[in-house]
Amino acid sequence: MGRVLAVLIWIVTLASVILFVSKKWWFPPAISAHAPALDRQFLITILVVGVAFTAAEVGLGWMVWKYRDTVSGRATYTHGSNRLEVVWTVVTAVVFIALAVMGQSVWAQLRLHDAPAGAFQVEVVAQQFQWNFHYAGKDNVFGRTDPALIDDSALNFVGLDESDPSAKDDAVTAALAIPVNRPVELRLRSKDVIHSFWVPPLRFKQDLVPGMEIKVHFTATQVGKYELACAELCGQLHFKMKSYMLVLPEDEHRALTALPQAQFQARMQELLNKYQLPQY
Amino acid sequence: MSETHDAVHRHEPPKSFIRKYIFSLDHKVIGIQYILLALAAVLVGMIMSLLMRLNLSWPGTNWPILGTLFPGGAPNGVMNPEFYLSLVTMHGTIMVFFVLTTAPQGGFGNYFLPIQIGAEDMAFPFLNMMSFWITFVGFIVILAAIFFSGAPSTVGPIGGWTGYAPLSALGQIAGPGQGMGMNLWIISIAIFCVGSLLGALNFITTLLNMRTRGMSLMRMPLTCWAWFTTAVLALLSFPVLLGGGILLLLDRLAGTSFFIPGGLYVSGVLSGTNPNFPLHTGGSPILWQHLFWFFGHPEVYIAILPGMGATSHILATFARKPVFGYRAMVFAIFAIGLLGFFVWGHHMFISGMSPYSAVAFSILTLSIGVPSAVKTFNWIGTLWGARIRFTSAMLFAIGFVSLFVAGGISGLILGQSSLDLPVHDTYIVLGHFHLVMGVASIFGMFAATYFWFPKMLGRFMNERLGQIHFWITFLGVYAIFIPMHVMGLVGMPRRYSQFTEYEFLKSLHPLVIFVSVAAIITIATQFIFYFNLIWSIFKGKKAGDNPWEATTLEWSTATPPPHDNFAGIIPTVYRGPYEFAVPGAPNDFVMQTEADAEVPGGNGHEAHKH
Repeated sequence: MGRVLAVLIWIVTLASVILFVSKKWWFPPAISAHAPALDRQFLITILVVGVAFTAAEVGLGWMVWKYRDTVSGRATYTHGSNRLEVVWTVVTAVVFIALAVMGQSVWAQLRLHDAPAGAFQVEVVAQQFQWNFHYAGKDNVFGRTDPALIDDSALNFVGLDESDPSAKDDAVTAALAIPVNRPVELRLRSKDVIHSFWVPPLRFKQDLVPGMEIKVHFTATQVGKYELACAELCGQLHFKMKSYMLVLPEDEHRALTALPQAQFQARMQELLNKYQLPQY
Repeated sequence: MSETHDAVHRHEPPKSFIRKYIFSLDHKVIGIQYILLALAAVLVGMIMSLLMRLNLSWPGTNWPILGTLFPGGAPNGVMNPEFYLSLVTMHGTIMVFFVLTTAPQGGFGNYFLPIQIGAEDMAFPFLNMMSFWITFVGFIVILAAIFFSGAPSTVGPIGGWTGYAPLSALGQIAGPGQGMGMNLWIISIAIFCVGSLLGALNFITTLLNMRTRGMSLMRMPLTCWAWFTTAVLALLSFPVLLGGGILLLLDRLAGTSFFIPGGLYVSGVLSGTNPNFPLHTGGSPILWQHLFWFFGHPEVYIAILPGMGATSHILATFARKPVFGYRAMVFAIFAIGLLGFFVWGHHMFISGMSPYSAVAFSILTLSIGVPSAVKTFNWIGTLWGARIRFTSAMLFAIGFVSLFVAGGISGLILGQSSLDLPVHDTYIVLGHFHLVMGVASIFGMFAATYFWFPKMLGRFMNERLGQIHFWITFLGVYAIFIPMHVMGLVGMPRRYSQFTEYEFLKSLHPLVIFVSVAAIITIATQFIFYFNLIWSIFKGKKAGDNPWEATTLEWSTATPPPHDNFAGIIPTVYRGPYEFAVPGAPNDFVMQTEADAEVPGGNGHEAHKH
């Protein structure tokens, strides 16, 4: 029975490793400036994870194979080895803490530093099962918004104050359009419950918390259309709180964001039809 | 075998049925009550997971039986999204609270901690009884949430087991599943907190004050260390959840704003402009997450530590070897318990909390991998040079080690704030915590059940059925939860009732089906366990006082143990808990109660010096 168990442990270990190494199911190809560093950190981590997992499972299987109760005589009488305890404690501590420290560089770049100057800004206002993206327009100033002015039935989803002069050229759409290779700053808000901004190829996720404005930034590096999902349970139709993120060439993007609201919407629809999702 | 020079008068069990079996003060009866509660709860939680898998793999399919049973939740047999989400919530809540927190600690801990330290009962038998019955009331209330959820289309609230505010705080206006069911959910958890607190006080007091002569701390079985540390964690973490739960209930019922900020606009209504949605201002949704996870992370260790204890205990017994590095194991349990209080923020890396605190939480989180690794090394060390006897209990204990490694190791990924950007709230999280706190803990309990059943009921469980149960379950849980890791890499989000809306998830469909098929087979296999359990009570092979040739005090008393555990004869302890294969001893096991001076005594540390 020991042999059966050992072989079984080895088989599930091998199958698990193959599932990862084959990369049949893996991260989608990355489209952000921070992704290569993040993917490198992931690769180092998964390597440590894979080696530790395989070593522990193979070792466990080996003990089960070798020390099944077929040999005569008693087991080895030992209470352990202080030297071994010290060695494996120190080695794992060094490896694990080194991993944690290394992982901080991507985090620091994205979250401890502000967006670079000249970043394109979009206000993201989530609500149950819908995304709203508020663009500042030609003047680069966001019109004033106020929750008291929100009126979904009049399609004023973000509570834009039409009497504010800087609101005149603003646009609000249901999809996100950003320029390629230029830093983007999102100002994330929610009208009702917690949502989460999640674009898998971007390697980027951030909750939108009611009562807070959370500023995050990233740079997209691949032109195209990508699915945008909600990653925090927000109620009944959470599973279809879907939108798209368009990453546009600089000139196409500049032309789009210079348009007034009505044409902005129409042009956005054209662009959403023009670009195709990546092949998954 | 026991020393007999300490005869005190015997305590007779109560005569009436109610005092003996229902409102019993006997820790053994209470332990069994907890186990029965967990066995009922796990059945409910498991069936809910089956329904969830059906919906995920075959969305839109007409399941006529569901249409009959849940005309609101599955009209024409097709599940509603909110029905699915209420299953998610109830599955998580029932499993975490009423299974993973009751059976390992309230169940086996209650039954065996007093016996293993040589005590006649718990320090406060009345509190012990109260703790069970309060927990039982909590269970009735959570079941009530199924039937009185406030929306005919759900079987409970739909906030997930974490109940994030403000979704959980806003009430009906936030959609179906936010009505009465959510109130009952909060009340159930608050009641559960009280029950667990009473239990924790009892465990700590009993262990510190009621150890028998010679039972020094470092001679205690590792199970006792695990139950003790678990009790300390429960004592310090449940009050925080209780406080948070009360505040959440006040937000819902009394119009307070602890977790609800101002200016919310929900379902077309601005806060304060409609009687259905009173004015709220100044609350913080993130505060709830801090309170919840300050409890929630220690809770993970509350679930797994007793399984670790049982695994150490059972590995040593069937390896016929002392536990490798007993002292290191004790320190590792403490280190896990202590660090477990400083890592809750790793659930919140992308919640909007300060990104600077994420740096600290990330490093502390990976540090907790160190004592976990130390335990794994010592388990493998315990098997080195062993003479392993492959009983069902031993198979599940070895399975525990394998699953603990497989599930725990991905914590190195999830504990890094930067890697959380892609993996947070995806299926890799599900794979990780189900393997480590769910299935590994359950394997610890299976091992404990096969191991202690003969002591508790005087009969063995059927070995052949036990082994079939192990082989299928071991393969099954790997087949269910390892694929979830790669689903997470692709980006599959948690708590989606369907994956039909997104192109990037389409490639995962075969894997989703595979997982569901594995889950159906694994769930079906658990009925072999239930059958074995019931059959063995009546028909199992009779067991003696020490059928496994084990060393600790529970095996030195009668089977099943008498009402006062040692029939009035208080045992004296002469050595450490795992003296197997002692050179020169007549048997390959030396019980803690054996006084023979020829046998080298003590625990690992002392023995190691010479």
